[in-house]
Amino acid sequence: MSVPPTDSAGFIAARRASALPRLGGRYLAIGAATAVALLLPAVATNFVIFQLTLVMVYGLAILGLNLLTGFNGQFSLGHSAFYGIGAYTAAILMDKTDLAYYWTLPCSGAVCFLVGFIFGLPALRLQGLYLALATFALAAAMPQILKFQPLEAFTGGVQGIVLIKPDPPAGLPLNPDQWLYYFTLAVLLVMLAGAANLANSRTGRALMAIRDHPIAAAAMGINTALYKTLTFGLSALYTGVAGALGAIAVQFVAPDSFNFLLSISFLVGLVIGGVASIPGSLFGGLFVLYVPNIAESVSTGLAGAIYGVILLLVIFVMPSGAAGFVRFAVARASEWRAPHQGTPAARKVKGL
Amino acid sequence: MELLLQQVLAGLANGAIYALMALAVVMIYQAIDHLNFAQGEMAMFATFIAWQLIQWGQPYWVAFAASVALSFLGGIAIERILFRPIHNAPILAQLIAFIALFSILNSCAGEIWNFTIKTFPTPFGMAPLFGERLISTHEAGMIGVAVVILGLLYLFFRGSRLGLAMRAAAANPDSARLVGIRVGWMIALGWGMSAAIGAVAGMLIAPVVFLEPNMMLGVLLYGFAGAVLGGLTSPGGAVVGGFAIGVIENLAGTFIPYFGRELKLSIALAVIVAVLLVRPAGIFGRAVLSRV
Repeated sequence: MSVPPTDSAGFIAARRASALPRLGGRYLAIGAATAVALLLPAVATNFVIFQLTLVMVYGLAILGLNLLTGFNGQFSLGHSAFYGIGAYTAAILMDKTDLAYYWTLPCSGAVCFLVGFIFGLPALRLQGLYLALATFALAAAMPQILKFQPLEAFTGGVQGIVLIKPDPPAGLPLNPDQWLYYFTLAVLLVMLAGAANLANSRTGRALMAIRDHPIAAAAMGINTALYKTLTFGLSALYTGVAGALGAIAVQFVAPDSFNFLLSISFLVGLVIGGVASIPGSLFGGLFVLYVPNIAESVSTGLAGAIYGVILLLVIFVMPSGAAGFVRFAVARASEWRAPHQGTPAARKVKGL
Repeated sequence: MELLLQQVLAGLANGAIYALMALAVVMIYQAIDHLNFAQGEMAMFATFIAWQLIQWGQPYWVAFAASVALSFLGGIAIERILFRPIHNAPILAQLIAFIALFSILNSCAGEIWNFTIKTFPTPFGMAPLFGERLISTHEAGMIGVAVVILGLLYLFFRGSRLGLAMRAAAANPDSARLVGIRVGWMIALGWGMSAAIGAVAGMLIAPVVFLEPNMMLGVLLYGFAGAVLGGLTSPGGAVVGGFAIGVIENLAGTFIPYFGRELKLSIALAVIVAVLLVRPAGIFGRAVLSRV
């Protein structure tokens, strides 16, 4: 831009023009990824389809955590609890009331939103590591509450609940695994679109302002308490829906699968994928599902050590996650193409 | 009444270990502003080294000293090799590095020494202290060692030049560097001391919880809880917090009927969260104020 536009309309038009090719590339990437996702079940085995379904489920759960941690700056080690509540809500509804599996998702989401919102109220008082401990308390308590004897009539106690795999609608030439894959993909796409719109909206900018400088955000008139608790609820909703999808896919829920280690997995996925990056969350799901298996296949005894080494290597190579790495690579590439007009963003990245 | 006294004393004995872990956690936290998630695994590894030395026929105290010394060097090595290169990385990335270290140490210990439960000797004996049933000599020994270490640390940080330099490096790294303190090495030293304290805690708790690769998981969680309850900015507070957690946990397990024993971790955590809601920076912690 040689002449800075003087009126705001001109400025916006100029911004639009300069942003267009980038946006075009982004839509192209989204379209290509969706096309690949739609075609995959045609070539993959049922086990791989099942694994990919779980990748999407974990990706959705990590996206929930990302809304809270990445966009709003609140730390949580308690998302295994929200995932567990979502899974159990779906399982109990299907087991006790004959509700169709697709109706359990909004129910799980609503329950988790409520629990998350209520938990967000005391969390307002706490920051950083203190919030981490409070949310950790939730994660530690959840398996014990699920095993709690007076609730056994609903939760099935230590044994958990076994579910039946949903059949594809009559007339579709799909097996149950393929149907579940497409069902999960559809839910995922809707929720991804919701998250992307949220991040680009006035509300999303308010969330990020709270993350970056809470006092300045409050001074600008943002109701920080309301937004923070709402984000807690929304984040729990995303993770809870993921939990419900996970329960339907695995066809089984048991208290000890929703322990603290699951929260750690979500956190690993969040950081490896990229904090505050929506596609990064999906990459995180991929990492969380496949890398432990890869480590296991290299050496059964030392699987944990190999997993740890892989984690360290990833952190050393791309400290801001896959999304940060891609941004860095794109900035480098555009600078290489036009060495004298490096964008400010590119210069900033280079300076890191 | 005797039951109450007995449970409080038993709680204090466990609390001594939590206090040591909390202290180790706070030392690294003061140096680098992070909770060391691998603290417990470092302590577990040190305890296994001591166990191996005893198996090879070394006397207890030789093994004890060797393990503490090796932990000190190991802590420094971990800081230099792993955490120095990424000290500018985002906070969450560093957290993942801690989780990676946790996973590596746990898995290696399992591979070298396998997962069967081993007994670990105590130098104090397990007999009742003074012929009373209130507390065993080992429990009394745990409290005694914890108090001695806390005293020594207090003297070190208050009275020695090196202790002063370490405090300066933690409180204000830039100014400390300007007056000639080698801040990087002070941080490494903090890691070494924290690893050594962790090793002592591991060797003291091992006779009670038995030696196996996952033995420190619960202990570390209580240590964290103690550190946060007392306030992460206050070493003395961390110690008080650790003792308090031990007592709360024991009393909840004994006196709350029906679900007390099953849910004692949850109850202890609920108590902590309740306290934090009243004092968000911990009981003895300072709230960090920032200029806008």
